[in-house]
Amino acid sequence: MVLVTNSSPPEAPEETLGSLESVGGRFDARSLLRWESALVLFLIFDLFYGGFTATDFFSQNTIFFAGINFGLIAIMALPEMLIITTGEIDLSVAAMLGLSCATFGYLFEHHVEVFLAMLLTLGVGAVGGALNGFLITRIGLPSIAVTIGTLTMFRGLAEVILGTNEVTGFGGPWTDIGTNTIPGTPFAWAFGIFLVLALLYGVVLHFTSVGRSIFAIGLQEEAAFFSGIRVKRIKFNLYLISGIVCAFVGLLYTYQTNTARYDAGTGLELNVVAIVLFGGVSIFGGRGSMLGVVLSVVAVGIFDQVLTIKNVSSQEQSIVFGILLLASVILPNTGRGYRLVRRRFARESSATALSSSVDA
Amino acid sequence: MTMTEELAPATPVKTHRIAETLSRAREIAIVVIILVIFLATTLKSHDFAHLTSIQQMGTNASLFILLAIGETMVLATRNVDLSVGSTLGISAFLVGDYFTHNPHSSIVVAFIIGIGVGAVCGSIIGFIVTVTKVPSLVVSLAALYIIRGILNIIGLGIQIEPTAIPLSFQKIGFETFAGIPWIFLIPVLVALVVAYAMRSYRSMRELYAIGSNPSAAQLAGVPVARRVFTAFVMSGSLAGLGGVLFLSEFATTNATAGTGYELLVIASCVIGGVAIFGGSGTVIGAALGAILLQIINQALVVINVSPFWDSALAGALILVTISFDRLLSNRATLALRLKGSGARDE
Repeated sequence: MVLVTNSSPPEAPEETLGSLESVGGRFDARSLLRWESALVLFLIFDLFYGGFTATDFFSQNTIFFAGINFGLIAIMALPEMLIITTGEIDLSVAAMLGLSCATFGYLFEHHVEVFLAMLLTLGVGAVGGALNGFLITRIGLPSIAVTIGTLTMFRGLAEVILGTNEVTGFGGPWTDIGTNTIPGTPFAWAFGIFLVLALLYGVVLHFTSVGRSIFAIGLQEEAAFFSGIRVKRIKFNLYLISGIVCAFVGLLYTYQTNTARYDAGTGLELNVVAIVLFGGVSIFGGRGSMLGVVLSVVAVGIFDQVLTIKNVSSQEQSIVFGILLLASVILPNTGRGYRLVRRRFARESSATALSSSVDA
Repeated sequence: MTMTEELAPATPVKTHRIAETLSRAREIAIVVIILVIFLATTLKSHDFAHLTSIQQMGTNASLFILLAIGETMVLATRNVDLSVGSTLGISAFLVGDYFTHNPHSSIVVAFIIGIGVGAVCGSIIGFIVTVTKVPSLVVSLAALYIIRGILNIIGLGIQIEPTAIPLSFQKIGFETFAGIPWIFLIPVLVALVVAYAMRSYRSMRELYAIGSNPSAAQLAGVPVARRVFTAFVMSGSLAGLGGVLFLSEFATTNATAGTGYELLVIASCVIGGVAIFGGSGTVIGAALGAILLQIINQALVVINVSPFWDSALAGALILVTISFDRLLSNRATLALRLKGSGARDE
């Protein structure tokens, strides 16, 4: 697990070569494009498979439920994608969802005005995200250890706040966001919010200097630092945003299920990481695209729905999900390994050719 | 640590001693914390010091000690194994299933099946990690899903009933040897053996060398791939053994056994001083970390603090220990640097 640390550059020689290539630009874009086209193929396969084998697959319900079931994971995947691109990781996302759910439930139970309660909940998210960011950037701790710690702590605090109580009966105009479609479209609100946020994140990541900085940090943190990028500030802000977004997802969850429980979304963090990696984002940081993540969300979300319609239980779906995840990292890697070997071979043969010509 | 020795031949003994003192200081610190919690809780409620209560603590911690031992070996090589919870689950289920079909089978066979299942899982993960060079975080995450998925398919809706489990096998879960529950004794023995091996055997020391600097280890002639593969097989086997003990303790299991254990296990290791980026940490520390997490859990119940505080405190504990580690390691680096320059002056 060579997540990029503060102190050491990537060690494995193959990996260094890999990142050198991607600095070159052209090679990287091509290999990325290839992964995204694989995702598109997978999506088309999904649609055909679903269309042929499941009745009423192309009905509005399918799209709506796919959005409902997958929208929350999808929204949390967006800040996670940026964090992984910088070479860090955030495992506390689902625990923050739970903490936000519990906070909101508690405030609602104590008759705090709904809008104020929402703001306070988002505030809790900001504080949690800032705590992650502070420990990782200012104290310099490894993000995987910190976020396992905050994962446990956030979930624990949620438990302290709400205990085993279940708060229900939220009602009000906000319920629409959880349970109805966006007027005039077959999409769930969660999916719409995901698309808007994805567009926003995509523009920031791919078309602004902040986005370029994020890639630069992921490729070589020290080089990024010495070229004047405010590494710590950017990372801190990413964690802050992640906290707020996950708290927001907690609110969505509350309104979708009309219940607030401390164990809301338990275990989703690994799904979120998996969906990002399936989108072609490198766990080492520095490589990936927002388009890939969106495609990954849509493809897996629909596939999930197909399997659900076909009565494959969600537990059994996990096996498919695992295989997809494994394929998504092994296939590009073997491709790269093959090219590396071929190039090395070519270099060696040209070297022998050179030496033999010298001999002659 | 081995690497430091080789790099700084001028002060090998001193460097080694500093490293050892540090890791031992960590273990002593956890023992002290455990004792403080234990005494404070006993003052509050005298029942806490009862033999049965202590035995209960050992029983609760045992599975996590086992998993933490395997995880330490993997973490030492700068890898991670997230699949331990799923492996434990599938091992427990398959052993239970075996007993259901062969009620009069011997216990030894159960252990062989459990450990074997774990070893197979571990070797598949180790193989993929070492051959494809895909980060172990991703491979073991995928394995977590796949193993759990397979378990769900073979064990859909099946609950292994206590009646199917031979009493002699269940006795491992509740009988004691010299006052120590067998189920606690087994992980402790494993921990002692592995701790000795990781201190004294070249092949096990090489795990640390790989974690400190993989490419340097490769250049120094360490068979990196083979060692990493072995670490995963060991981790899987111990998770398999954990599954056997799980079944003997609860005498019942289903497809959800061991869900979510992986992060708790890593938390135990981190609290016990195992560096998440490899190269340092001891098995004893990790085992003590697992015990500490369990004792907090049990102490809260006794002192009438709502058990809801359990994971909030555990999380805070993780954050405090890693921050404290950082502080210590900064000091140690400074001390080593000072010593190193002193040696050069001589």
